[in-house]
Amino acid sequence: MNELPQGDMELASRPLTAGEARTWFGKKSREQTDKRMTAKEAVEKFVHDGDYVGIGGFGHVRVPMALICEIVRRKKRNLRIAGHTACHDLDFLMAGGCVSHVDVAYSFGHELRPVRTRVGDRLIKAGKLSTQEWSNASFSWRYKAAAMGVSFIPVKVMLGTDTFKYSGAKTVRCPFTGEIYCALPALYPDVVLMHVPRADKYGNCQIEGISIADKDVARAGKRVIVSAEEIIDNSAIRENPHLTMIPYFCVDAVVHQPYGSHPCEMPGSYWFDEEVIAEYLKATQSEEDTAAYVKKYVYDVKDFNEYLQLVGGEEKMKRLERIERFEESPPYPW
Amino acid sequence: MKHSLTEQMIRTAAGLLEDNKTCFVGSGLPLAAASLAKKTHAPNLILVFEAGGFDPEFTRLPLSVGESITFYHATYAGGMDDIMGDAGKGMVDYGFLGGAQIDMYGNLNSTVIGDYFHPKARFPGSGGANDVGSLCFKTIAIMRHEKRRFLEHVDFITTPGYLDGPGGRERAGLPAPGGPWRVVTTLGMMGYDDETKRMELLGVYEGVTKDDVIKETGFELIIKAEPEILPAPTSEEIRIFREEIDPVGVISGKSKGKD
Repeated sequence: MNELPQGDMELASRPLTAGEARTWFGKKSREQTDKRMTAKEAVEKFVHDGDYVGIGGFGHVRVPMALICEIVRRKKRNLRIAGHTACHDLDFLMAGGCVSHVDVAYSFGHELRPVRTRVGDRLIKAGKLSTQEWSNASFSWRYKAAAMGVSFIPVKVMLGTDTFKYSGAKTVRCPFTGEIYCALPALYPDVVLMHVPRADKYGNCQIEGISIADKDVARAGKRVIVSAEEIIDNSAIRENPHLTMIPYFCVDAVVHQPYGSHPCEMPGSYWFDEEVIAEYLKATQSEEDTAAYVKKYVYDVKDFNEYLQLVGGEEKMKRLERIERFEESPPYPW
Repeated sequence: MKHSLTEQMIRTAAGLLEDNKTCFVGSGLPLAAASLAKKTHAPNLILVFEAGGFDPEFTRLPLSVGESITFYHATYAGGMDDIMGDAGKGMVDYGFLGGAQIDMYGNLNSTVIGDYFHPKARFPGSGGANDVGSLCFKTIAIMRHEKRRFLEHVDFITTPGYLDGPGGRERAGLPAPGGPWRVVTTLGMMGYDDETKRMELLGVYEGVTKDDVIKETGFELIIKAEPEILPAPTSEEIRIFREEIDPVGVISGKSKGKD
């Protein structure tokens, strides 16, 4: 083993220098303006082909599915994705043909659901998707470094493994103790997509329950689109400032979208729509069925509200809310 | 009461967990094991979830590691950076791991079978596994015991065990002490020899012989003594699992066909 090993892969997203970060974020507006717009407007304005995309939430929990569907609908291409336990969100973007690279921590899986998605497999086998490896904590810490405005962060994971070898990480020695650390590059996504329970029109966001990495993800994003279940008044934000997880000046666009995480969970509000997830997983088994699924649920509807009607409308949503409140047993349809 | 193999594995893993310790769990079998421990001998075992949930009270088994159940009536709902920082500075005792392949030093593969760039099979990758394997004091791997999974060399080291043997973790810069502790399999339980850091047979389930284990292991296991027969789950433990932990059969119905 070399004295100071390094990963073999070229970074998909190069860290900004501290000065570059200051230049970019120094130009972001501090003005409290009404940033509300439709998903279509937000995606057209802030998501570009080839962007490196960071996604809030975790796995199948509090993920910005409405924004993701809009990206698929607008046929964005060659996106590079941070797979910080990216499940249905990433899979759906790949099914829509939007993704060319994944930085993997956990990807290509649907957690405990026993049916395996085939979308990632097909892309990898066809040579249409490049990957490299990281870990969940590494992503959290890469975002934290960016949120701090520094270009790297020393950590004690990934060391000695192939996860490290097939990443773009390096090792460094601590200048104080001489210990070896894994040096992770700060991750500044070109655009961040995030779904939250409540935001005001300026983009101040409250999040219920676990924050995962979202405080840092929102601070790391060069551009940030937030979708919210509910738009609340700025005075409500000011009544409980300790609940503000993301301050407005991180945010470029606010999209009001009830059930915006469907078919994934919104903690405290609604449970997974396992029936829809099962239908999707079944469709992914063939390329034709995947394309038909995307056509039916994205291209053939005009927006996310029309999609929600198609998957069962208010009656379905109320049922998912009852399951989340433990008032009804969940279905396990796979 | 007749128990299933899954129930035997859950009982064996549960028996490893001491009260008043902290334990990283994912979804599935590890969570069932930790839940059984909490409902029997270790009521104050603290369950820790990588996405930020800390010490929840369960009402049903989560399908996702960030699901609201992982912080329902919890003492704390934080972020991954908090939880992983806690683990890094030595506050998480146990961690559960799994994978498609394991070697004699406890290195685990959950990334690819075959060449990385042209994989025969692509799995989800590390997730939090590399972090858990790097930062916890004692990790417990749960594996199907098959020759194609217990290998001299894994195709890809996703999660560190003892790497290349004694001193491997320290040379790489991983925190010490820490690393692999137990492997609970479909045949029995393994540990690691202190000196060589190689996997060692500790016990088998009733009806399983030492030779059955040797036959399904692709490297030389250290066997110092006749393996003990591991206790089968009691009727009460089976009842708790079936009625309280997994009443709808999310785990019992799905342990088949899962990697």
